[in-house]
Amino acid sequence: MKLIVKFWVAMLANLMISGVCMAQTALPPAPWADRQLPDPKQEQRARDLMLTIRCLTCQSQSIADSNASMAGDLRSEIRQRIAAGEEPEHIRRWLIERYGDWISYEPTAAPILWPLWAAPILLLLGGALLVRGRIRRKRKAP
Amino acid sequence: MKRLLIWLPFLLFAGFVLLFVLGMFKPDDRVITSKLVGQPLPAFALPAGASDRPGLSSTDLATGEPHLLNIFASWCVPCAAEAPQLLALKQAGAKIDAIAIRDARPDVDGFLKRWGNPYDRIGLDARSSVQLALGSSGVPETFVIDGKGRIVHQHIGDIREENVPEILAKLRAAR
Amino acid sequence: MIAEAGLAALWLAAALALLQLAFVWFGLTTDKEDLLQSVRPVAVAQGALTLVAFLLLILLFWQSDMSVALVAANSHSMKPLLYKIAGTWGNHEGSMLLWVTVMGAAGMAVALFERALERRAHMATLGAQAAISMGFYAFLLFASNPFARLNPSPPDGQGLNPLLQDPGLAFHPPTLYLGYVGLSVAFSFAVGALLTGQVNAAFAKAMRPWVLGAWVLLTLGITAGSYWAYYELGWGGWWFWDPVENASLMPWLAATALLHSATVLATRDALRAWTVMLAVVAFSMSMVGTFLVRSGILTSVHAFAVDPTRGTFILILLAIYIGGALALFALRVDSVREGAQFDPVSRETMLVLNNLLLVVILGLVLIGTLYPLLTEAMGYKVSVGPPYFDRIVGPIAIILMIVLAAGPLTRWRRDSAAAVGKRVLIPAGVAVIATLVLAVLAWGRIGVLPFLGLVTAAGVAVASIAPLWKRKLLRTPLFTWGMVIAHLGCAVSLAGMAADSAFTVEKLAAAKPGDVIQTAGWTLRFDAITPIAGDNWTALQADMRAERGGRSTAIHPQARFFTTPPTGTTEAALLTRWDGQLYVVLGQEADQGRWQVRVWWKPFVTLIWLGGILIALGGVLALVGRERRGWIAKFRRREAMAA
Repeated sequence: MKLIVKFWVAMLANLMISGVCMAQTALPPAPWADRQLPDPKQEQRARDLMLTIRCLTCQSQSIADSNASMAGDLRSEIRQRIAAGEEPEHIRRWLIERYGDWISYEPTAAPILWPLWAAPILLLLGGALLVRGRIRRKRKAP
Repeated sequence: MKRLLIWLPFLLFAGFVLLFVLGMFKPDDRVITSKLVGQPLPAFALPAGASDRPGLSSTDLATGEPHLLNIFASWCVPCAAEAPQLLALKQAGAKIDAIAIRDARPDVDGFLKRWGNPYDRIGLDARSSVQLALGSSGVPETFVIDGKGRIVHQHIGDIREENVPEILAKLRAAR
Repeated sequence: MIAEAGLAALWLAAALALLQLAFVWFGLTTDKEDLLQSVRPVAVAQGALTLVAFLLLILLFWQSDMSVALVAANSHSMKPLLYKIAGTWGNHEGSMLLWVTVMGAAGMAVALFERALERRAHMATLGAQAAISMGFYAFLLFASNPFARLNPSPPDGQGLNPLLQDPGLAFHPPTLYLGYVGLSVAFSFAVGALLTGQVNAAFAKAMRPWVLGAWVLLTLGITAGSYWAYYELGWGGWWFWDPVENASLMPWLAATALLHSATVLATRDALRAWTVMLAVVAFSMSMVGTFLVRSGILTSVHAFAVDPTRGTFILILLAIYIGGALALFALRVDSVREGAQFDPVSRETMLVLNNLLLVVILGLVLIGTLYPLLTEAMGYKVSVGPPYFDRIVGPIAIILMIVLAAGPLTRWRRDSAAAVGKRVLIPAGVAVIATLVLAVLAWGRIGVLPFLGLVTAAGVAVASIAPLWKRKLLRTPLFTWGMVIAHLGCAVSLAGMAADSAFTVEKLAAAKPGDVIQTAGWTLRFDAITPIAGDNWTALQADMRAERGGRSTAIHPQARFFTTPPTGTTEAALLTRWDGQLYVVLGQEADQGRWQVRVWWKPFVTLIWLGGILIALGGVLALVGRERRGWIAKFRRREAMAA
């Protein structure tokens, strides 16, 4: 209910628990952290990718919506790579190689995530079977 | 069949409760570990991060001897807290190199002057790019690198007194 | 003194809840009339006492009594009075007290005002309400005492937190709580009906106004929360599928399905099992939501106190109450005689489809939210967020909207597909025209889902007004107006969501004073950066002028800094026009005297929350309409008898 309040409280709490530092640096943001690529198509691809990459130092946000410096650095890295011609999926795989599936909000094709994709179909089918009994089937005329 | 269907919500709920119980009693694990443990170090070459130490490249970490790679920053409070442990490790014979994240040379110099300098080489990673390449998710972290430049172990968070023997053991085993 | 009085009131209320439960139990099982007579006064007294306790806590915050631990941790003498009071519920203990107060007050209202329910069912309902309250009283008194003292008392408090000092955030929790906990009444009704074997039309008619009331408040609470997040967080997002947001959406979905199901039960005496099950599910979702937020089990920017003991306590309560109700359902549902089957083309069937789709969405949100927990139990960490939810829930929501369009245009009992088709022709035609227009204007520039969303919204908007055609508008019953406006609100909200996804233009610039930023037909002139100060903050304010079509307006986005505790917030500058909102944020200083400026032009984005308000308004009209009809009927009966 108090979004960023608890965000910061939890960040500070994290500091005590794991001994990992969450403070921000005094250096300015990375060059492409908050600058759009000149080519709008490339910028769109970069943006679409950023919305699906999870911020490492935040509670539960994508790097596209985060003020954290590491998120900014990753945005800059992504924009530079896309400007250099790299495919967004390649960048995502590179990140997953290093941080695991956790860093991608876009569910990958990993087997552990198949139930997530099966869920809507199973639920719809299950629901349809449930309500079948309530609806009178039209009898064919003899 | 109808019997099963009627009890299904209850059974599903019981499943959820089980899941919640598991979630409650698992130790709280918010850290993201690097998936590169066991893999070779990614290639990098960083400029010098301090005035009195050379910069750091991945080739410096594949010289045949195991190294400790400490990821730190001058603006990071727990990094100051682990400085004594790093000095102790150096005294025990460990070779320690460092990467300073999002830092500037004067600040790194100030930090080292205040808390001691156990490092042989210090690389300056102003935009976290090497940190990202390593799969590191924050500071401080310490990696054990073997003689062939492979990442053998990752220690997340500051090194406490009780962690020192374990890290030394991993270092020796990495020969 | 005040704190002790508050604590005493709470203990008394808990004792009365126990008494209430005992009276109902023994009164019903041994048929003692005098015990049953005492139930309602006890319920009223219990509700009154919880209100007293809550008001006393507000008083403590008002007076900034630092000897009370809760006040010291969450308030500060320099806070403006409004936020001191809002601080009462802006923390774990205070909000749990609010929960318990709403439960008590709801029980009191059911005891005082419920006349339609049969005697035994009414008693059983009050008994169930007491039983649930007792668990939460216990939690409050033993694990979350809001009135605990602090000795020695500190000179001032720690809670001058900037983000709580905002009108939206001050009032968002109470509205949500009134909604969440209001659904406990439906839960109690359901348990009462199952226990006394009275799952019938009377039960649905009696329960419906309570569900409507809770649902309206929940709708308002969610809408307010979304708008707050939108203007406060500084990135223009309005829904993040965060676990705590989902925790508020799930009861809402269940309550919407319950509303519609109760209508079928009330008018057609069918869908008994569904209605009772949905009543149980709705409040269960509220309780599960509370557990998720307070146990720390899921990572969320919203998460409250991360306390495993409290989490375990709530989990035990959950297991007892929800498990108990679901077991009761399984054991008693055989005695619930289901009505006849529905004709395939009928409003009943459309409502069944509606319920089905709502429950499927509910299930998907639940699964998506809990999935990371499941995988972590198996040793893998995964993240489930907007890319999954948007893609999965979106299409099903669009199908639901199509059902929403056709449903009110389908007759009860039996209709013919051809007749319905004819009635839907005009809305469908509008949708087709919208498709062509959009295709011409924006082919390839917007995604498939936003495209479908816009087109569906157009058709549904027309279809929702259709029930009013060829009717004398002033003679149309109020609850029909309610339905029309609520459904129209859904279409409006969908249009806003789709427009935001499809047409938002983002511009990031590093600007220095004197620069001009151009985007989406707007020209922004960056005039100056001025340091300014407020009560407990300092800020850098950008003085800018936004110009479009010759008209220029001054806007002042700020980057604020607070010292206790050290936090920064962005105060976005929002400029609302008929066709959208200009959203300007001042970010960090980039290098060389330049500042990061983020500008968004969001066409029709305000429709999202306007739609939410319309939905709530529709609910209010439906509620008033039915209640008024009930009063009018009662009045006429009384007149007829007097004559």
